[in-house]
Amino acid sequence: MKIFWTLLRRELSAFFFSLTGYVIIAAVTFLIGESFAQLIDGLGTDPWPMPVTQMFFGSIYFWMIVLLVSPVITMRLFALEKASGTFETLMTTPVGDFQVVAAKFAAALVFYVVMWLPLLICLFIVGRFTNQASALDSGTVGGMSLGIFLAGGFFLSFGCLASALTRSQMAAAMISLAFGISQFALAWWAKNNPVSEQWQSQLLSCLNIFDQMNDFARGVVDTRAVIFYASVTMLFLFLTLRLVESRRWK
Amino acid sequence: MIEVSNLTKRYAGRTAVSDISFAVARGEIVGLLGPNGAGKSTTMRVLSCFMPATSGTARVAGFDVFHQSAEVRRRIGYMPENNPLYPEMRVREYLKFRARLKGLGWKKSRERVTTVMEQCGLADVGRRVIGQLSKGYRQRVGLADALVHEPELIILDEPTIGLDPHQIRSVRQLIKSLAGNHTVLISTHILPEAEMMCSRMLIMFDGKILASDTPENLQRRMAGNSQIIAEIAAPAEALRECFSQIPEIELFDVSAGEGEFQRCALTPRDGLDLRPMIFALARDRGWVIRELTRHRHSLEDIYVQITRPDEEEENE
Repeated sequence: MKIFWTLLRRELSAFFFSLTGYVIIAAVTFLIGESFAQLIDGLGTDPWPMPVTQMFFGSIYFWMIVLLVSPVITMRLFALEKASGTFETLMTTPVGDFQVVAAKFAAALVFYVVMWLPLLICLFIVGRFTNQASALDSGTVGGMSLGIFLAGGFFLSFGCLASALTRSQMAAAMISLAFGISQFALAWWAKNNPVSEQWQSQLLSCLNIFDQMNDFARGVVDTRAVIFYASVTMLFLFLTLRLVESRRWK
Repeated sequence: MIEVSNLTKRYAGRTAVSDISFAVARGEIVGLLGPNGAGKSTTMRVLSCFMPATSGTARVAGFDVFHQSAEVRRRIGYMPENNPLYPEMRVREYLKFRARLKGLGWKKSRERVTTVMEQCGLADVGRRVIGQLSKGYRQRVGLADALVHEPELIILDEPTIGLDPHQIRSVRQLIKSLAGNHTVLISTHILPEAEMMCSRMLIMFDGKILASDTPENLQRRMAGNSQIIAEIAAPAEALRECFSQIPEIELFDVSAGEGEFQRCALTPRDGLDLRPMIFALARDRGWVIRELTRHRHSLEDIYVQITRPDEEEENE
């Protein structure tokens, strides 16, 4: 556990002592701000049809941020260490493979959560200046936070896997971006096609990240979605661990 | 300290190390010497538990590098080739991070980091960012990292590569000072370096160990068939006749030197020292000798001879 905390500290310092980390935070803050400016402007003074969090999740901004930023956060994790050779110095100390994977994923997740904090400020401002009680309540904010967290785990764990696959950060980023976009496209397809009896269609509806996120944003925490995200995250982390271990039997 | 037996490592389609065996005793400084691509780094990577061997076993301090990898890793300090570091970290912070990874406690790691920073001459640059340090300093950071947890075995892959002569000297001094307390395995392709630092050398070529001995013994082994060079003022014909009658001389070559001197190159049979014999000969005949030397093979010759690719030998 001591080693895990040491590794986590080092991974976090790599995010926060580098310009990249602040560029990512600045870019995300900008995008969140822009999306809220549009939301509020579009709404005017009419009664809001749905909670403001749901509108945010329904906009393209949320998905842009998640899909574009998670590859950028995770591409460095293993690929850079492999390319620079520090992977060798790291793995020849008495650290466990599991500790390394867990620390890297945890650091990415912590950074991701920090990156989303400006959203709370935006919500606070909306809450402060609106008199529509239905627009924002603690349930929707909680659901939204959980949704963002789970989606982050899902995409970041895949990013870890992609980064462990290759020595090139670019390749890692492209692999996880392709995965993110394919998930997005599948969800889009599922959204535009009604669920039928066929098993393909059933499966697709389970993978529909739009509907899941929509539920979270309304403050509805569906255990199926929670279990889906948590288990897939675990699966990707397990595969990453196997990849890191693979150098021992290759 | 290290026992390697029948170790083989194959990469896809290429055998990097083939069936090597060697042992290193506690407290020795052993040099792994060989040209680039001889399998030195691969051997070190296997010993440091980064990669498994394809076949054969390696044990460090009695622990198997594959099955008891964690125990082995606790006991070694390894500095890979090119000394990779995290460029964005500060020197002290990096060493402390490494000490913690290697299982040192909070207080102990602080003490040890201070000690190794002094030992490696890093006391002045503790707060500098590693990426901005000169190559010599970075190399010392790598060494300090290898030493920080007081490992029983230190494995250094080309520790002096890319340094200027002053820096090489200080790194060598540092490594020499480790003898006794630590066992050190160093790889290098620079011969004088191994000669200076190591108590024993393993010469590797093409994945095999071709020779393993002390630098002195290696030299002695080669000295056996070393040539005698003599410059004698005498008629060439007379010299040839004399030499052909001495049974101890296997081969001789007489060529005209300066003035009346003849330059004679003599190869002895069975590694004899011919010099007293030649002196006696010249004294008996009343010839003047200007030079009489035994051509000592430097380790460089040995190295070149042992590691020479086959095709060159065939051409000769």
